[in-house]
Amino acid sequence: MSVHASPTLFMAMAAKEAAGAHPDGVTLSASLGLTGGALRVPGRGDMWARAVRLGLRAPLGGFRAFTAKADAQGSGRVTAEVIEHLERLALVDFGSQEAVARLEKAIAFADRLRQVDTDGVEPMESVLEDRCLYLRSDNVVEGNCAEELLQNSHRVVEEYFVAPPGNIPLPKLDEQESFPHN
Amino acid sequence: MAVPTLRCGFSGSRWTFALVDRGCRHRTVATFNWIRGQSSVAQQPLHTAQKPRKGAQEWAAVVGLEIHAQISSNSKLFSGAEVRFAAPPNSLVSFFDASLPGTLPVLNRRCVEAAVMTGLALNCHINQKSLFDRKHYFYADLPAGYQITQQRLPIAVNGNLAYSICVGKQQREITKTVRVKQIQLEQDSGKSLHDDLRSQTLVDLNRAGVGLLEVVLEPDLSCGEEAATVVRELQLILQALGTSQANMAEGQLRVDANVSVHHPGEPLGVRTEVKNLNSIRFLAKAIDYEIQRQISELENGGEILNETRSFDYKLGCTVPMRDKEGKQDYRFMPEPNLPPLLLYDSTSLPAGADPQQVIDIDRIRETLPELPSETRARLVQQYGMLPEHSFTLLNEVGLLEFFQNVIKETRAEPKKVVSWVLNTFLGYLKQQNLAVSESPVPPSALAELLDLLHTRAISSAAAKQVFEELWKSPGKPPAQIVSEKQLGLLQDREALEELCRATLDGHPQVVGAGRRGPRCCGHRRPVPSAVPSLPLPALYYRTQGSYNYFSCRRDSTPSEP
Repeated sequence: MSVHASPTLFMAMAAKEAAGAHPDGVTLSASLGLTGGALRVPGRGDMWARAVRLGLRAPLGGFRAFTAKADAQGSGRVTAEVIEHLERLALVDFGSQEAVARLEKAIAFADRLRQVDTDGVEPMESVLEDRCLYLRSDNVVEGNCAEELLQNSHRVVEEYFVAPPGNIPLPKLDEQESFPHN
Repeated sequence: MAVPTLRCGFSGSRWTFALVDRGCRHRTVATFNWIRGQSSVAQQPLHTAQKPRKGAQEWAAVVGLEIHAQISSNSKLFSGAEVRFAAPPNSLVSFFDASLPGTLPVLNRRCVEAAVMTGLALNCHINQKSLFDRKHYFYADLPAGYQITQQRLPIAVNGNLAYSICVGKQQREITKTVRVKQIQLEQDSGKSLHDDLRSQTLVDLNRAGVGLLEVVLEPDLSCGEEAATVVRELQLILQALGTSQANMAEGQLRVDANVSVHHPGEPLGVRTEVKNLNSIRFLAKAIDYEIQRQISELENGGEILNETRSFDYKLGCTVPMRDKEGKQDYRFMPEPNLPPLLLYDSTSLPAGADPQQVIDIDRIRETLPELPSETRARLVQQYGMLPEHSFTLLNEVGLLEFFQNVIKETRAEPKKVVSWVLNTFLGYLKQQNLAVSESPVPPSALAELLDLLHTRAISSAAAKQVFEELWKSPGKPPAQIVSEKQLGLLQDREALEELCRATLDGHPQVVGAGRRGPRCCGHRRPVPSAVPSLPLPALYYRTQGSYNYFSCRRDSTPSEP
């Protein structure tokens, strides 16, 4: 099964989740499997899906307010508020009718996963869960490739990547601490 | 420093714990002196704004800490790029750290061992199975768009950390404990430099992917000072273990503090998070400021918002951060590229396993070095020093090593060495604001000086002089200073008598005058015991030059001779 545009799909899942449409978390776990490249029949009441759902919901607080509104709608339509929330999370612009339609299609696509019967299936953490985690010795074997890496950057100042002004509050240049070396 | 929100997502549960031990209530002024550079905090009474009012209930503050310690390793947590401070921008970045497609994380064994070691030192339960998760947020200095951390099942849980603070006027030392909720392995982010002028962010990924230990403490603390002491103790432990250099100035140890206030017995208040505290002094100040701010806000009928604040060290207050993301939604999910991390103990170790690929918790336990608390206990026991002296020796960087080097080379009594190192030596350092490593006096010179003192070759007054000379002209052996300045004590009794006699014989006039009264001997003040037969008024007549010496007797002396 190949899934295209997984970020959008993931957002779709998040949207559904935010809309409170899937209290059992099945849809979300499925989407995680997909985005992670590991697809397997997800389990109901699945442990990590629950963790993820909590992660999604716990900090939302005020977000719940519009969850209820979206609930009332419940028809696969996505409200402006949900869109706004997703845009903020993903820094993705859904600013056109076309984009919203694509998002709704993605949600509908992901919804099909709910048709799979997962009763009594042990939840899986990863397709690699029975493998050994390889441990690397602590040796420096990479790096020193700033020139190549910076070729990926749209803009460069000296050896820095240049990004648009960020979404994190940062100290201004003159306020940044100096590091005394004694 | 641009440390983005590296926070774990247990927002709800962490604050449901009741406080068992609430040490410094407000108005209880606790001063401590273990921490260098804390004097400004220690000397001013904390929480002064709160005057006890009739009927007004006492406030209690609840403080919890999340501490990020950079693991001291050669290479990063999941890549083979070097870990080094202040390297040219983006020179220590692998393709994985830059999140290029097709790259995969490969776990650094050293980082796992460091986490286990730290967990053991903090009396944690080490989870033999732990899991990695992705925590999503979109920052320019986090190229993957997520951080790999351990949200569901961290490597170590349920530990504790003992610390000592001095309370009350008597500076009584009490030992307290803060619970360690968990320790998790995670990736550091890169650094962003924000250029407001050109409206751009410069990104350096050298730090992206460096291994971090996030140590989450339960909210068992109640003031800035306790928090500062705990962080200092943790810093000492990490440094003793070698798991982190924990140098706050280089960002190797960063602290976020969760602060709330409430009336004892009532539910906990709304908390705020003060972020990115990267000096112990500012940590204490920021927490105490935030406690005061919350108390006055509530007493003035205001409300505390659950918000993230940062400490403005120039203004000395906390300010809300312009957090554009508002409510964070990290969308945690299992890291699909990393199987569970399994650790073993001597009973579960599989036979014939590749020793490079298994980590034996029991073996790491055996290699744990002496921890700061054990070092202090040993110092007290071995050298009979006071506990507070052992704290000072450990808290000053390099001082313990200096002390031990002196002790090794001198025959002087340990107590003498303690006194010299802590009073004289440290006093000189403080006066000139020097670190131990910058001292002009090496341990060997102090040891030699103390030997001279021990063998009574010089008096202790002369020793002080020699020390001053050692400080001024480094490299000169103490013995040479003694002989140059003729500070040696005469040991030969006969020679001394001879010398006295010769002096007396050489100055018959002075001797004659001396027989008539002590003033003439050249002493500024007479020694009463030397002239016991003279009544006090008589003494006064002869000692007008040293009037002050007897000033307390003025009333009893006649006004005119």
